[in-house]
Amino acid sequence: MLELKRKEIMSGNRAVAEAVKLCNVKVVAAYPITPQTPIVEYIAEFIANGELDAEYIKVESEHSALSACIGASAAGVRTFTATSSQGLMYMYEVLFIASGLRLPIVMTVVNRAISAPINIWNDWQDAMVCRDSGWIMFFVENNQEALDFTILSYKIAEDRNVLLPVMVNMDGFVLSHTYEPVEIYDKSLVEEFLPKEPDIPHKLDINNPLTLGHLVTPDHYMEFKFEQEEAMQRSKEIIKRYMEEFNKKFGRNYKTVEVIGEGDIAIVTMGSLASSLKHLLNVGKKFKIVNIKQYRPFPKEEIVNALKDVSVIAVLEKDVSYGLEGGILYNEIKSSLYNESDAKVLSFITGLGGRDTRIEDLEKILEVCKNPTRNVYWIGLRRI
Amino acid sequence: MDYVKCRGKCMANCSAIRCFEFRRKSRDYIIKEDLFLSGHRACQGCGAAIAIRQILKAAGRNCIVVQPTGCMEVVSTQYPETSWLVPYIHVAFENAAAVASGISRALKVKGIKAKPIVIAGDGGTVDIGLQSLSGMLERDENVLYICYDNEAYMNTGIQRSGATPLFASTTTTPAGKFSKGEDRPKKDIAKIAIAHNIKYVATASIAFPLDLMRKVEKALKINGATFIHILTPCPPGWRIPENKTIEVARLAVDTCMWILYEYENGEYKINYIPTVKKPVEEYLKIQGRFRHLTKEDIDIIQRMVDERYEEMLRISRLERRY
Repeated sequence: MLELKRKEIMSGNRAVAEAVKLCNVKVVAAYPITPQTPIVEYIAEFIANGELDAEYIKVESEHSALSACIGASAAGVRTFTATSSQGLMYMYEVLFIASGLRLPIVMTVVNRAISAPINIWNDWQDAMVCRDSGWIMFFVENNQEALDFTILSYKIAEDRNVLLPVMVNMDGFVLSHTYEPVEIYDKSLVEEFLPKEPDIPHKLDINNPLTLGHLVTPDHYMEFKFEQEEAMQRSKEIIKRYMEEFNKKFGRNYKTVEVIGEGDIAIVTMGSLASSLKHLLNVGKKFKIVNIKQYRPFPKEEIVNALKDVSVIAVLEKDVSYGLEGGILYNEIKSSLYNESDAKVLSFITGLGGRDTRIEDLEKILEVCKNPTRNVYWIGLRRI
Repeated sequence: MDYVKCRGKCMANCSAIRCFEFRRKSRDYIIKEDLFLSGHRACQGCGAAIAIRQILKAAGRNCIVVQPTGCMEVVSTQYPETSWLVPYIHVAFENAAAVASGISRALKVKGIKAKPIVIAGDGGTVDIGLQSLSGMLERDENVLYICYDNEAYMNTGIQRSGATPLFASTTTTPAGKFSKGEDRPKKDIAKIAIAHNIKYVATASIAFPLDLMRKVEKALKINGATFIHILTPCPPGWRIPENKTIEVARLAVDTCMWILYEYENGEYKINYIPTVKKPVEEYLKIQGRFRHLTKEDIDIIQRMVDERYEEMLRISRLERRY
């Protein structure tokens, strides 16, 4: 088993590109955008060197990137694309079509703030506004997870009972451009785990012609959407099953929702923020971390289980729902806990546009949780 | 001139549409099978539906059709029915060329010898789809892109597009006291396609089905991006009687409003020179969308058409024949 893995120091972007190589992706269509660029550069390099036998479509925009993936996926091959921020916004329309057509496309989103004002640094606003697009969404905590979840995503997406696109979210710069040790697997190991090619029952086949992307009238539209939601709900169990299989095969311990620590205060978060919180646990602070790795389908039961015995819940996130109250995740946590818990739920908005969330900021959150005076806090905000 | 003196010796390279021999042979040449089935919801006399029938007769079953949103997508794919006997996909309005690129690469990966055909309206081609079209042409993807041009957004109810001709009255460029209809001439999308340095570009007309089918067949044989621009009259949009679709399409060619030509390996070839070049007035007067035109307006259009025809003759190195 050991010789099937090797450790290398690499950036998050490189880890994703390595995963694409391991998964035998056949068509890659991508358009460069900071901080996603190195992913597509690495993939182009792999193809140029003959390390990856795939077609690279040098599209003229992100809209076309995902559109080309739809075409290739509908024709029955494994596809990949990656983007960030404005690029994701530009392909927003196509996101819904990819999930509506039930195509197992995997996309890495290197999370970055949205214009205006233009900002190339990390926050989650780009991914969070896509939460209702019908994609399965993961948020990864480190570079190893970036690699692992990409492999896992193909397994989930291509399951006949799922057939939904998957978005793997990775914090821009914090992970994408940060070097960490990452364990890379031998290709044979991944080939044992993944099917050789996706088996799409509704693929475009000259010998079995069918029409995809119908005009659907009010008579049938709701049934299409209901089936999509059913697939999303169904995927919860399937994700768990494949995660266990993955853990066993690759020696990991992933869960849809990771819960560590104990105490009366819980901090709910996603992505690389969880790593910083884990540091606080290591230095002896008493609180519970609830790290949501699977954001869609929303793992409500796991979250409620993790939070039902605490009295203060801080939701730490890098996005805002303008005009509602606090962050997007905060509101979802609150509604999940309705009738389930009487805990005080607080929204902590942090790190917008790449502002650092420092250890002192996290310590301050724990202080605030002991005696909260309002519901929403913006961490590290400077007011003139 | 040799291009009209074709003796019908060869089928593939025949460019003389009036050649008797070519017509006689074509009886066996056209497949009887229709791959675009009747029962679709297109208007009576729809030019685009006629074009698709002709395209698929030439293409046969070994193709995958991609359509952007538009008239023909809406009328032919209403769930749970379909008019298409070939694999078909519709994704969105502006990305048909990108979707076809993906399909083309996937077919290459799988080793399947087939070429995706995009059948797009003028709006999805010259306006909102121009970016993805340009990307596809520039990458020289193995895709045949066909634009059926009815010169406005007919699906949403006759709004002007970049392909709407000068002085045409549409619902967003209505003729009125202070308006003569559309104030700009039509965007020349075939010229834009040619500027991408691709191997084959052609224009075609539903009034010349053999020429159209020959061009589709030729474009499918070429490995790389190919582009065909077809004029398809639209009875409700152009305000013509339903039984005049072909007549109007033929008049467009006979007045040189629509020039049938091919661009191949850097050379232009005009496929049809009318024996008598009819005045554009004949084409304009039977269409309700040009009803408001005065003699002076028609003269402006006539001058434009003459200039363009001269230019086309010049670049295809032909002499003036009228």
